[in-house]
Amino acid sequence: MEFTRRETLAVGAAAAMVVTIPMPAMASKADALIEEFTGGADVADGGVDLDAPEIAENGNTVPIEVGAEGAEAIMVLAAGNPEPPVATFRFGPLAGAHRAKTRIRLAGTQDVIAVAKMADGSYAKAAKTVKVTIGGCGG
Amino acid sequence: MISRRDFLQVGMAASALLGASGFGNWARLAAQQSLTQDRLLEFDTFGNVSLIHITDIHAQMKPIYFREPEVNIGVGSNKGAVPHVTGADFRKLYGIADGSPLDYALTYDDFTSLARQYGRVGGLDRVATVIDAIRADRPDALLLDGGDTWHGSYTCYHSQGQDMVNVMNALEPDAMTFHWEFTLGQERVREIVEGLPFAALGQNIFDKMWDEPAAEFPPYEFFERGGTKIAVIGQAFPYMPIANPGWMFPDYSFGIRDERMQEMVDEVRDQGAELVVVLSHNGFDVDKKMAGIVSGIDVILSGHTHDALPEPVQVNETFIIASGSNGKFVSRVDLDVRDGRMQGLRHKLIPIFSDVIAPAPAMTALIDEQRAPHANALAEVIGQSDSLLYRRGNFNGTWDDLICEALISERDAEISMSPGVRWGPSLIPGQDITREDIWNVTSMTYPEAYRTEMTGEFIKVILEDVADNIFNPNPYYQQGGDMVRIGGMGYRIDIGKPQGERISDMTLLSTGEAIDPARNYVVAGWASVNEGTEGPPIWDVVESHIRKAGTVSVAPNDTVTVAGV
Repeated sequence: MEFTRRETLAVGAAAAMVVTIPMPAMASKADALIEEFTGGADVADGGVDLDAPEIAENGNTVPIEVGAEGAEAIMVLAAGNPEPPVATFRFGPLAGAHRAKTRIRLAGTQDVIAVAKMADGSYAKAAKTVKVTIGGCGG
Repeated sequence: MISRRDFLQVGMAASALLGASGFGNWARLAAQQSLTQDRLLEFDTFGNVSLIHITDIHAQMKPIYFREPEVNIGVGSNKGAVPHVTGADFRKLYGIADGSPLDYALTYDDFTSLARQYGRVGGLDRVATVIDAIRADRPDALLLDGGDTWHGSYTCYHSQGQDMVNVMNALEPDAMTFHWEFTLGQERVREIVEGLPFAALGQNIFDKMWDEPAAEFPPYEFFERGGTKIAVIGQAFPYMPIANPGWMFPDYSFGIRDERMQEMVDEVRDQGAELVVVLSHNGFDVDKKMAGIVSGIDVILSGHTHDALPEPVQVNETFIIASGSNGKFVSRVDLDVRDGRMQGLRHKLIPIFSDVIAPAPAMTALIDEQRAPHANALAEVIGQSDSLLYRRGNFNGTWDDLICEALISERDAEISMSPGVRWGPSLIPGQDITREDIWNVTSMTYPEAYRTEMTGEFIKVILEDVADNIFNPNPYYQQGGDMVRIGGMGYRIDIGKPQGERISDMTLLSTGEAIDPARNYVVAGWASVNEGTEGPPIWDVVESHIRKAGTVSVAPNDTVTVAGV
């Protein structure tokens, strides 16, 4: 019995998982803004905290939080909005915490992107898909 | 350090008792065809801690029939994995004999004849007997209610949940978490929770305005049991304001919040918890994913998706227990907790065969007391059914086929929509349909049966949206219901495609014509999450339809073609 169960799990784990929702046109607009922010420098994945719900309770006001230890600035983009720029938070040398929290409006299901400029001039990025749904039908 | 899995294997080598489920007994029991209360409750008490889990009762206080799903498709990493295994495959996986009690309890095939043979299931007076028996073995067992308790019946609606509160309080649970309870409205929920003699938990229930934990719902509660310190962390249904009307509880926000779950696990461990239990209303696949991300949880008692599994599912060092719905099952989990950690587990999913387990008389009296003021209304016979009426299944069930038919005829619509909820007992052919039966599959606080016009394009948008809430390969983007049921229209769904590409071949059944994206169609439905929806309550619509028909028959439904499985 133990065996059967683990085999079941193992088979499940072997299957691929695809989550990305392709949005080529919108992504390129966001890419251009990232390019502008970084001046074309390499952007590492990770090193930025981006807290956003998986599914928005209300697309008109979605709470998000960004943070990056030692960041000078964090740019937030809503890649799928007609105008992707949301905000750029700048942190001075005396900033107690390098975190910011706000609520944003999302036109539909899309990636929210946070790009941080670090004190040493490097850049880091995080992205999360936030789903905006019409809802209904609870179990 | 030795891993949990190693320990269980070591344990099992040393003694056949360790790490076992109560499952082996069942095959023998089936072979002997002897079903007695003693056999159902048989359990060699193990370790030093017992957990009793019941969830998704949906206000079913009396015994009922409940047919498990035939179609329950898993996607992504959960393709072909439990609980997305049904029928013969399920019986093969767990070694269940055809026609045995567990066949009847856990799979759908041959349901009508097995139901006649084995009788009804559930009933909170039988559940009370089971809980009493476990407490006789282990007086300090923890009783944990996974929520969806104060919703789903005529008496629950008319008492605003008070009938269930009274009956559950008599069972003396230790903690509870929530989902449909919030559709009573936030004022009523606060009123009940304030007087609740046990913990109302939810680490993911937040104050919406300030985006901070809601004070009324603590994240966890400690219990000293069996000489050990246990933390029970609550996890409410994450998508309440999306799947249900958020305007009924505007002060609250939910979400999965797995980072906070990790913080809570770390916090309780720092405070000396030797056993960490999550009482969850996430749904099974979400719990599986969360168990792979959050470390330090020993046991997740999983609710919401109504799955009943005869064995725990292990993810890393976490064991997930699924205990069914509608009062049909109780899970008993015995744990050996020593030297600061869980060292072994025994589990049994106990099906509540109502003709076999004796009702606890005091509980029967208490239940009947709740029902007495409504006795005549509940018992009134509206019609009869020639067909097996059930709800569970990803795309349709005969109860919803009947409801969709009622909406089209009573509301003079071309197309009808019924929500893909998973609650609601079954009726077997030849049974009377009483008012209570109709309410059992329709009762809710937003029952208005609307009639409106929608373009073909918008109908497709709805189907695509709901389909992605079920078949998105990432469980965190799933809401745990089933597909919206459609009357008057057929369609094809390719579940493997992304949102926007799954639905095709939409056809108006009355004419056989393809749905025109630009044309307006008259659509009737119910359970809209929008504020201000108008129409008669769905139970009146269904009652009127059945009364006219006298005896209802529901033909097999082949209007949805499924691909990409």
